[in-house]
Amino acid sequence: MKQTKSIKEKLAKGMRIRRSVFAYPYVLWMAVFILAPMLLILYYAFTNDGGITVENIVQAASWDNLKVLIDSVRFALYTTILCLLLGYPVAYLLSQMKKTSAALLSVFFIVPMWMNFLLRTYAWKVLLSAFTKILYTESAVLLGMVYNFLPFMILPIYTTLIKLDKSYIEAAADLGANPAKTFLKVVFPLSMPGIISGVTMVFIPSTTTFAISQLLGGGKTMLYGDLIYMKFITEQSWSTGSALSIILLAFVLISMTFMKKAERTTSDEGGGRLW
Amino acid sequence: MKLWKTIICIALALALSLSLVACGGESSKVTLNVLNWGDYIDPELLRQFEDETGISVKYTTMTSNEEMLVKLASKDNIYDVCFPSDYLIEKLVADDLLYAINKENIPNLKNIDPRFMDLSFDPGNTYSVPYMWGTVGILYNTTMVSDPVDSWNILWDEKYAGQILMYDSMRDTIGITLKKLGMDINTRSEADVLAAQEALIAQKPLVRAYLTDDIKMELINGSAAMGVVYSGDAVYCISENPDLAYAVPQEGSNVWFDNIIIPKSSQHTAEAEQFINFLCDAQVAAQNSDYIGFSTPNAEALKLMDPSYAEDPTYNPPQDVLDRCQIFQDLGDFVKVFSDAWTKVKAA
Repeated sequence: MKQTKSIKEKLAKGMRIRRSVFAYPYVLWMAVFILAPMLLILYYAFTNDGGITVENIVQAASWDNLKVLIDSVRFALYTTILCLLLGYPVAYLLSQMKKTSAALLSVFFIVPMWMNFLLRTYAWKVLLSAFTKILYTESAVLLGMVYNFLPFMILPIYTTLIKLDKSYIEAAADLGANPAKTFLKVVFPLSMPGIISGVTMVFIPSTTTFAISQLLGGGKTMLYGDLIYMKFITEQSWSTGSALSIILLAFVLISMTFMKKAERTTSDEGGGRLW
Repeated sequence: MKLWKTIICIALALALSLSLVACGGESSKVTLNVLNWGDYIDPELLRQFEDETGISVKYTTMTSNEEMLVKLASKDNIYDVCFPSDYLIEKLVADDLLYAINKENIPNLKNIDPRFMDLSFDPGNTYSVPYMWGTVGILYNTTMVSDPVDSWNILWDEKYAGQILMYDSMRDTIGITLKKLGMDINTRSEADVLAAQEALIAQKPLVRAYLTDDIKMELINGSAAMGVVYSGDAVYCISENPDLAYAVPQEGSNVWFDNIIIPKSSQHTAEAEQFINFLCDAQVAAQNSDYIGFSTPNAEALKLMDPSYAEDPTYNPPQDVLDRCQIFQDLGDFVKVFSDAWTKVKAA
């Protein structure tokens, strides 16, 4: 009896796997499918026929390409502003509802996300072909982007708002603030962390969008993502494509630092963040 | 202790992924890997070939010559038969990627119209056998366009602003613009390409969209008045909507040939030649061309097809149309000038 117990103990000791082991498959996955491609992009961007060079970057930073980047940022800004204007009221209304009805309502904007975004964009193309004046214009591209990214604005704002301590609102009312003032001076500032993660989650992917512009813009609106796609696929120019990607990556990192800073200065309180 | 666990974990993960990759398995039956354009063969013919020969066909599709080049140039190319266009053949020959076909194994080659043999991109047909051919032209809706369509200039006519569809392809679109300007479709002059670039940027406000396969639906539905299409697609669109008509402008255009080739790296060249011979059979080629709507270079097949095909100037353009059309040549390094111009047009 004693003997078997010790074997069991030994076995248990030997077999005990630290919890971090379960992360290894993911670490491996990251190394193979995220880190390695990044290194390859770096390699292609900074080499030319084997030698190290910055020529690719200099070429990629041409005024023509930067104009495309500026255009993409403009589209991303419009998308973010529209998503915020549309998404904030929805998130606010949802947060005021009973849990059950809010859950039911949120199904309406979460269910479409179960479908691949390309399929949904194709569906828009078919819908818009009934309004031929809109299809293949910048408005159609913007519509497609707002549609695709709206849930990413609503969800973080909603999670911030439901976690907001109701006693702040009661206190504001006690001190004589009307509902509008309460919202402007209390609720809105306290929901800032949600707004900032929403803005980040919409702005960054919109800047790097491609395909939506291709499908709904009829190839007339070229975004930065389309430019990279074109360099890689149609032109087979991997070094230019990689150099363009590096520039985009730098831009994304810079804008994320700004947003992180804004997040830190606004508030450490209130609300879970999704991101 | 910690280290060996890590190693086992990684080894297991690798073994798992390798076993997934190796899942194909070997069989005694020969499998031909065929790479073709989408909608570019009658699938019934593939089954017929498999039944007749006992060779199984694994069929894959792609959407551009460039994509095909990447696959064929890859070190671990798996394809045995492929269908590139004229200018890509030149590039593939230059890169030494093609197998010299043994013509004794393809007796049906005699069915091919001599007009389509021994063309500039593959003299003597050492590496390629013609599969389909056609022109590039304007498909227009006769209820929406009252002017005669005989010049590329109509695509620059402000009267049709917002109703013009251009082909979203560098070679084709710059090519027809060069023709409009009276220049060589295979020009090596930067000034020519720059002129075409400026013409296309000037045209952009009039263009409804730059599309590829979607042009067909748009024109069939009447959402646009005119668009640049391949003749084979025009045959299909006209059969769907009789209001449509096709014209190859007076300034000339591009005549193109898609061809069957065997990559040098193929392990099944004999079976691949059997497949090519099968496709060159008059009956098979007739059924195939009837199914996809593109013009067959197979003279014997054309005789078997409904006479309406031979009489249709879209399907079977008269010699004077062909005389003003040019075949694309591989541009070599000059392609960079074309692609820079194309990027500027698309970003304008």
